[in-house]
Amino acid sequence: MKIILNLIGAFFVAILVWSFGAGAVEYLTSSHEESVEHKFHEEPLDVSFPSDGALGTFDKAQLQRGLKVFREVCAACHSLNQVAFRSLTDLGYSEDQAKTIAAEWPIETPSINPETGEAATRPSLPIDHFPAPYPNVVAARAANNNAVPPDLSLITKAREGGAPYVYSLLIGYRPVPADLPEANRPSTGLYYNPWFANLNLAMPAPLTSAGQVTYDDGTEASLPQMAKDVTAFLIWTAEPTLPARKQTGWAVILFLILATGLGYMAYRNVWIDQKH
Amino acid sequence: MATVEQADPVLKEDGEGVRRRDFINIAALGVAGVGATIAVIPLVNQMNPSADVRALSSVDIDISSIQPGQAIKSTWRKQPIFVRNLTPKEIAEANAVNVSTLRDPQTLAERTEEGHENWLITLAVCTHLGCIPLGAGEGENKGAFGGYFCPCHGSSYDTAARIRQGPAPRNLEVPPYTFTSDTVVQIG
Amino acid sequence: MSFPWAKHYEPKNPAMRWIDERLPLPRLVYSAVGAGYPVPRNLNYFWNFGVLAGVALVVQIITGVILAMHYTANIDTAFNSVEAIMRDVNSGWLMRYAHANGASFFFIVVYIHIFRGLFYGSYKAPREMIWLLGLVIFLLMMATAFMGYVLPWGQMSFWGAQVITGFFSAIPVVGEPIRQWLLGGFVPDQATLNRFFSLHYLLPFVIAGTIILHIWALHIPGSNNPTGVSVKGPQDTVPFHPYYTAKDGFGLGVFLILFSFMVFFLPNALGHADNYIAANPLSTPAHIVPEWYFWPFYAILRAFTVDLSFFGLFTIVEAKLLGVIAMFASILILFFLPWLDNSPVRSGNYRPKFKIAFIILVLDVLVLGFCGQMPAEEPWVMLSQLAAAYYFAHFLIVLPLISHFEKPLPLPGSITEAVLNKHRIKGERDALPGMGSATQPQPAE
Repeated sequence: MKIILNLIGAFFVAILVWSFGAGAVEYLTSSHEESVEHKFHEEPLDVSFPSDGALGTFDKAQLQRGLKVFREVCAACHSLNQVAFRSLTDLGYSEDQAKTIAAEWPIETPSINPETGEAATRPSLPIDHFPAPYPNVVAARAANNNAVPPDLSLITKAREGGAPYVYSLLIGYRPVPADLPEANRPSTGLYYNPWFANLNLAMPAPLTSAGQVTYDDGTEASLPQMAKDVTAFLIWTAEPTLPARKQTGWAVILFLILATGLGYMAYRNVWIDQKH
Repeated sequence: MATVEQADPVLKEDGEGVRRRDFINIAALGVAGVGATIAVIPLVNQMNPSADVRALSSVDIDISSIQPGQAIKSTWRKQPIFVRNLTPKEIAEANAVNVSTLRDPQTLAERTEEGHENWLITLAVCTHLGCIPLGAGEGENKGAFGGYFCPCHGSSYDTAARIRQGPAPRNLEVPPYTFTSDTVVQIG
Repeated sequence: MSFPWAKHYEPKNPAMRWIDERLPLPRLVYSAVGAGYPVPRNLNYFWNFGVLAGVALVVQIITGVILAMHYTANIDTAFNSVEAIMRDVNSGWLMRYAHANGASFFFIVVYIHIFRGLFYGSYKAPREMIWLLGLVIFLLMMATAFMGYVLPWGQMSFWGAQVITGFFSAIPVVGEPIRQWLLGGFVPDQATLNRFFSLHYLLPFVIAGTIILHIWALHIPGSNNPTGVSVKGPQDTVPFHPYYTAKDGFGLGVFLILFSFMVFFLPNALGHADNYIAANPLSTPAHIVPEWYFWPFYAILRAFTVDLSFFGLFTIVEAKLLGVIAMFASILILFFLPWLDNSPVRSGNYRPKFKIAFIILVLDVLVLGFCGQMPAEEPWVMLSQLAAAYYFAHFLIVLPLISHFEKPLPLPGSITEAVLNKHRIKGERDALPGMGSATQPQPAE
């Protein structure tokens, strides 16, 4: 029995050592060039948001500015499927203001004609989620040079690098470097952006000039400002419960530290007459 | 604590030390109990209506196409509601009843909005066990009192949707509503 | 069952006596986790992790039952229902983050529990059955965790299901039919999601049942202890309650602080960004990785890169199948551990050579885990090949050899002797105030 198990062990070890040898030979004999994507790729910029850190929460004025950027720039191509207009009250809007924003949103909610039953649209209500710019994936693909604009509801959670990545990408469009190999140069309909994984993405620079959006609160709409505001807005859309999470967290952990401290003292008390 | 830990336990076995230790043990258990109780609150509260359900609390209904004598069924908070345009005859019938004889005494005026007395808006939920009464649709049985009739256990409601006969304990409930214009009523 | 000096349940309260005479449940609890269970007095903090694993299972079952009240197992709505839980359900975000991170903490605790058993020889006679049942629990946990990760129907859910069920297609002839049977289709789809939801709900209760057997088996010989020396008499033990309930209560507090920190401040740190993208059967993520607790096994799977052939003439076993066999074997060999390690000494504290091998094993598993989360590129594949080779060698070759050749250190005569020795050393130090204890010659512990 034991001999058989020893032999099985020897068998696995032999194969693995053999595989290692084969791999090592190949590794040593082949050349290792850094891939072009790796060489030109940039790490997300160092940027901070009010929601960062253990005490972070949202800056409502910034979220309102971000909503405006989203509405005037992003919403033409990107959906925001998970978010309902009613939750805009989180941004400091009243219920009536949220209702107005929903009703005046540039895209209407799909509906049916109540008389004929044919497909139609109607102004959105607070209970509706943000309507998508395209009725389905095929339409989105057709309208965007075969690239589907992703839903932005969770984008800051759904990308490695999170919010700083989104921010970096928005302002990361650069002229194509002279030393970029031909195979990695953007073809028609693609744009060079070293923050994107394969360096070329189908989205043209969304933020092109300062003042592209006119802020209601008088903040100067520089490119980094707009990118930062809309990214902050997208942090909110990805996790509107973030402030509640952090506040609850503090209360829970402080309570647990107190309880555990008492628990430790009680534990020492119980053991006081026992050697261990 | 440090001194108690290192000292010989036998020497410290006086009343003072024991009381203090008992207090800490009880405090630790008490705090743990409080924590467990607080932790139960979200576990129970998660079963309450979620934010998307609560947001259904108001709905606009276009009443322009409802002729006198007609009624429509709509929904509010996923519950059916009746919106009925009363005829002058139905209003007169409702007002002719001696309120003090009713099981759930209410006048028609109390159940409608001033200036819109012909609009009777009620939940379409029988107050007995929750069936939808008949009487809103064309040709449906309106019961002995010309209002609504619940087929489940035979409750009859009059033209002000007040309970007149059968097991239901109360009149059909009137939801909160306001007329945002002459043709649109907002329920909730 | 248990030791002759174990206290018997004597209900003081007439109501409890009434119940106990008709259904001896109070008696059972008293003897299992109450004052009626004598436990070695010298257990260290590593012995907290069994109870913590039980607590983790309870947290998972409670939060899981709650999530199931709001989740819909439908490929069109599953992802959105999870997001609705995060946004709209009252405290839903707390339930989901607690459940997702709870799985990780369950595995952390169980891994520490397993390594504690490995170091102190808790798998040896007469505790083999406890070890075997523990491994069954571990296998059930892995199945449950895998199926749970599929439920949100994100990109990693979908492609994880695709890749892991793909293991079975490596089996010759019957592999592909087995895979289709598991999935109920050719790719993960509605049928897969529904059955995974059903089983994910069921298996935790099977785990709970197996845990009862695990604890039952534990109560026959009683708990092991850091010296590995068997209990000799009443002076070696203390009642579980209040001594170890108090200690476990404190351990639970520390556990909950760490757990809460992850849930409230780093809830997505142990997850993968791609799982916040809804499943797309037409687009594979660039880099598919399982959850961290599967990384060592994933590394073993990928370490096999060369087909086994008859002098290069014809292939006997493909590398893919070898990898799958090795991955399952890496857990199955643990079932043979009680008979592979024949040393009569249990605790690694008295086995100098074993101690070295054990430390290498811990580092080796950490290296495997690291390789498992890296892309399948050199030099990580080569590193994982060496690490996997040691893993198999450790259990199948090194341990049997060590148990044969090692000369163990002298064991203490009893648990009490070991405890008193420890205190005597400490007492001598305390008895010489003003003299730095570091300068004192210290007897080896």
